[in-house]
Amino acid sequence: MSIYGSEPVQSVSNGEITIDNHAEHHEHVHRDDFGSKMGMWLFLLTEIVLFGGLFILYMAYRFQFANEFHNAARELNKGIGTLNTIILLTSSLTMVLSIVALQKRKKQFSMFLIALTIAFAACFMVNKYFEWSAKIEHGIYPNSPTLLDKEKGEIIFFGLYYSMTGLHGIHVLVGMILLSVVFFKIKNNVINPDKFVLLDNSGLYWHLVDLIWIFLFPLFYLIH
Amino acid sequence: MEAHTESNHQTGYSTYIVVWLTLVGLTILTVSSSSFELGAITLAVAMLIAVIKSSLVVNIFMHIKFDNKIFLVFIGVAVMILLVCFLFTAVDVFFR
Repeated sequence: MSIYGSEPVQSVSNGEITIDNHAEHHEHVHRDDFGSKMGMWLFLLTEIVLFGGLFILYMAYRFQFANEFHNAARELNKGIGTLNTIILLTSSLTMVLSIVALQKRKKQFSMFLIALTIAFAACFMVNKYFEWSAKIEHGIYPNSPTLLDKEKGEIIFFGLYYSMTGLHGIHVLVGMILLSVVFFKIKNNVINPDKFVLLDNSGLYWHLVDLIWIFLFPLFYLIH
Repeated sequence: MEAHTESNHQTGYSTYIVVWLTLVGLTILTVSSSSFELGAITLAVAMLIAVIKSSLVVNIFMHIKFDNKIFLVFIGVAVMILLVCFLFTAVDVFFR
């Protein structure tokens, strides 16, 4: 009746749950893949609410300062934005394919695809670095004299730009660390074709990072 | 139980590659549509494409289409709450 494979026999004694799987001799630790996934989704929903709040702020200010937002967005590089979108979409593909590869018991290929995902994430961050450096060179950074000379709506636009893409960038960095951990866990067979919920959950996280960018990109780069 | 076998659903490489190509195509569409002066509907078009893209990511890449339906309920409730917040803020901003 179990969702994932054969149901181990559970017995409760002195408040401790011990699980005894008769088919195997080694000790079995408690494991609940469905629960892990549900926990991950609950976390992802809090992330959606976190970014959702910022998007509400964006909406309110955009209606108030429509023209200023329009003008300020001219400063952003549409080309880099498009490139980064395609990089993130592709990294989502390699992420999901690595799960398929592991399910097909192709460990090396799965690890290769995880490494590729991390490499794409690094490309994204390098582009972001050049993009932000160019802005800072032009004197556009929070509280800079050049920026403070601009109209109020433009100051708000760049404030939102730095905080929202910055928060997203932090998520990309966290994703890179998480995927590195996953890479070594696959290598050491801790994550294996019979037990890969951590890989699954890391994938969910990575797709969420992609999902947020899908909305950030048109709202900041494509409004002029 | 048979009802839950889809949580172990296995999709081949090809489905994901097709979805990825669609996503890249939609990105090119949204970038090119932004160069036309569509006026007031520019934002609506961009958001519509973003919603289509995200539903592809959620349904296929995040397996919601094949997974236990409870996750779909989770997302539905969260998105509804978010939309209510958007709506109330928009009404406040518009009619102040």
